[in-house]
Amino acid sequence: MTRLVELMPFIVLLPLLAGPVCALLPGRRLPWLLAVAATAGAFIIAATTLAGVMDGTTLRYAFGNWPPPIGIEYRVDAANALVALLITGVATILLPWAAPTVDAEVPERQGVFYALFLIAMAGLLGITLTGDVFNVFVFLEISSLATYGLIAHGRDRRALLAAFRYLIMGTVGATFLLIGIAFLYILTGSLNMVDLAERLPGVSDSRALQVALGFIVVGLAIKLALFPLHHWLPNAYTYAPTLITAFLAATATKVALYVMLRVVFDVFGPAYSFAALPLASALMVLAIAGMFAGSWLAILQENLKRMLAYSSVAQVGYMVLGVSLVSVAGLGAAFLHLFNHGLMKAALFASVGIVAYQAGSVRIQDLQGIGRQMPWTLTAFALAGLSLIGVPPTAGFISKWVLISAALDAGQAWLVVLILITSLMALVYIARVVETAWLRPRPADAPAVNEAAWWLLGPVWLLVAANFYFGLDTRLTLGGATAAAEALAGGALGVGR
Amino acid sequence: MTPLTAVAIPMIGAVAIALAAHRPRLRDGLCFATPLPLFAAVVMLTSAYVVAGDTRAVTLLEIMPGLEIALAVQPLGLTFALLAATLYIVATPYALGYMKHGGYGNLARFMACYAIALGAAMGIAFAENLLTLYLFYEILSISTYPLVAHTGTDKARSGARTYLALLLVTSVGLMLPAMVAIWMLTGTLAFRPEGIMAGRVDPALGALLLVVLAYGIGKAALMPFHRWLPAAMVAPTPVSALLHAVAVVKAGVFSMLTVALFIFGLDYLRGLATQPLMLYIAVFTMIAASLVALHQDNLKARLAYSTVSQLAYIVTGALLATELSALGGGLHMLMHGFGKITLFFCAGAIYIASGINTVSGMDGLARRMPLTMLAFFVGALCVIGLPPSGGFWSKWYLVSGAYSAGHYLVVGAFVLSTLLNIAYLLPPVTRAFLKPPPDDRASGVNEAPALCLIPLLLTAAGTLVLFVLADPAYHLLTGALS
Repeated sequence: MTRLVELMPFIVLLPLLAGPVCALLPGRRLPWLLAVAATAGAFIIAATTLAGVMDGTTLRYAFGNWPPPIGIEYRVDAANALVALLITGVATILLPWAAPTVDAEVPERQGVFYALFLIAMAGLLGITLTGDVFNVFVFLEISSLATYGLIAHGRDRRALLAAFRYLIMGTVGATFLLIGIAFLYILTGSLNMVDLAERLPGVSDSRALQVALGFIVVGLAIKLALFPLHHWLPNAYTYAPTLITAFLAATATKVALYVMLRVVFDVFGPAYSFAALPLASALMVLAIAGMFAGSWLAILQENLKRMLAYSSVAQVGYMVLGVSLVSVAGLGAAFLHLFNHGLMKAALFASVGIVAYQAGSVRIQDLQGIGRQMPWTLTAFALAGLSLIGVPPTAGFISKWVLISAALDAGQAWLVVLILITSLMALVYIARVVETAWLRPRPADAPAVNEAAWWLLGPVWLLVAANFYFGLDTRLTLGGATAAAEALAGGALGVGR
Repeated sequence: MTPLTAVAIPMIGAVAIALAAHRPRLRDGLCFATPLPLFAAVVMLTSAYVVAGDTRAVTLLEIMPGLEIALAVQPLGLTFALLAATLYIVATPYALGYMKHGGYGNLARFMACYAIALGAAMGIAFAENLLTLYLFYEILSISTYPLVAHTGTDKARSGARTYLALLLVTSVGLMLPAMVAIWMLTGTLAFRPEGIMAGRVDPALGALLLVVLAYGIGKAALMPFHRWLPAAMVAPTPVSALLHAVAVVKAGVFSMLTVALFIFGLDYLRGLATQPLMLYIAVFTMIAASLVALHQDNLKARLAYSTVSQLAYIVTGALLATELSALGGGLHMLMHGFGKITLFFCAGAIYIASGINTVSGMDGLARRMPLTMLAFFVGALCVIGLPPSGGFWSKWYLVSGAYSAGHYLVVGAFVLSTLLNIAYLLPPVTRAFLKPPPDDRASGVNEAPALCLIPLLLTAAGTLVLFVLADPAYHLLTGALS
């Protein structure tokens, strides 16, 4: 047990080292096997790490034995261990599942594709685990560059344009982040998060610090796809290969949210952040706007992947709304939804991926009556949709419950109304798909479609089962989210209810 | 054995039926087999409770600290469970007979969803706290959606959309926040004989919560959130009969009674500022729905509005907040269940055998379908509340409850509504028995298939038996109030 915990840095190093090797491996199966092995290894280590930090301890590892703040250190508490578990867990389930879809969508040079996937994942994990703000930027660029390449692998030629748009928006975001970090370095001469947190109160009356916070928050808001900075997301998710869409939707925005929370609550401290800038009200307004705009646009979409992408914009709104309450309960709700939303979106995008693989189309119009022909796939979609809407006994219900409790706890009962209205909007766009797939007859001229093979269905159903499991047994999710919220802000905000 | 067995049997049955989709004989056998162990389980739970007072409480999971999914036997729930389990036995052959004779497809999906709905109803009946009740309440809403939309026509789809939208908007939009608020204010959601709100929740807030919950339990069909019930009538008649006259709507009024008795507590409820308001909304629903029913020519639509009105009786019983009226509400849940399922069975049998679905088309029908129309007459007597049917007793207690609470206006409303019941339920009977049939119709007896006819005769006989057997039900229910 303790030995495994000491392996903590390998959560990042395994995929990072396996990536380049993957690129050199010939053929289709070898790179895939290596990718699966590396992800599964990282997942096991992440799980033991989370188990080790649930009680509030913090694991530290100084790279190259250079003591911080000079060297780079990894600091893991419940907050980032939970995010790391989500990333590696989703990847471990999706990779074995995705092999046939990758064969169909990326027929050549799969070694490079899997290498990029591993590097993108390593980047996300690096952002999550590191305790150094410049290291955050480096890993952000690593994961972003790999992601641009991955999105460009989409079969549709519009994938290139989508990747290019994401590249521009992502670069702007990363640059903002870098400028903010530079200001911090100029002011304090340090890049280590803990060290920064100690030194920043000394310069808290500086205008430059305010500017630094603004740049960092805006830069991360782009990566987070916080409304109205979400424009890159729908195209990227729509045209990327199936595996990439499912993986990014479940993880990428979550990591950006995590970093934002880490910086705002841990480095700057809530007392400074929410006083220096009107962050609470700004985040709340943008979150609500995102919840409504995302849900509304999702209702209007004709393309299933695009619909789910806009739904993600709305769901990011829920998480940010929890943050904007500036309470431990609200942060806990944000972390919980971060994890649960990863589960539901992975299940939804994966079942849509099967539809794309079997039927060759993800236009809602083309899916009339497909429920009879692919009952298992569409049932999985419908059940994961229930989780998205927030019907008990799913993980989504627990998310809604905790978020509503947090809003009531903060005395903001009017938010409850908005949360529930947008939940019902989710009902509209999920029900529309279910109705088209099950209750309309298959047009006579529609191509015949077969149900997918069990190795495609198995992982999707595993994700669906996870949605229900975590709706009933919340020890891991709610316990982890509460521990995460307390690790981030328990001291500064006081332990919540 | 615990209440979990009763919840699990139909769920397992549903899975088995779905897996047997391509083997019709096995599928039918499983459909017939599922209700029997369920009934046995409910009977055993009843006897254990009546003999030894054993609640067989079981906690399935603790979702969050203090928030549990837990089941337990309690008298009001037993009444509901017995009603649903008994009628499930007779409704299954009826459903199979009706669906096959009517040429409907996808029988396995239909019967599986039917079974899931029954399992959810059992979960509601045996819920030990509000969260458990809510969980099964939502499962019931969702599992019945494919049943309402079963035929897949544009009309069925739009009806099913209205159905699901209204039920989920009310439950997610109103019931869920009310539940979270109660949990945050009281720290529990458990059902307690004296309620959990007294002394913990400010009466002003309690008054607001009463309004939110009364509308949040959309299945109780309080106006103006009653539209889902007429919309659900696009479903095949077996669905309207077992689910939209018994399981779903009774789940709604059962939830109302449970919330009034065990969450608010009757004493606390009486002291709330909005109690008279909600009471008169229920009374208004009772009268208004009867008036609407009077003008419906479509037989099923008339019965649906009649159900809206009868549900309002039970809600009124709960909101009068006296023990006698709550008892009357509980009894009416049972009696109206038998009466209304008989009427729907008859409506379906008439449609299957002769294609008639309007009241105006029923002239002289009794000459062709004497047994069906006799059963219809008995069912109508029960819904109106005349002896010798069980409906008499429940109306008796409801009126006495209103009288003893000093709500003479409500007493008057009960009387007026009963007259309206006569006005809209007896014309089909008089037309069928007394008017001559139209000339172009073939003569001779032509009843519905036996699989449809026998169940409706059984339920009609049941309403008469309940007139004699009201006493045990009364004793069972008084346990809920002491």
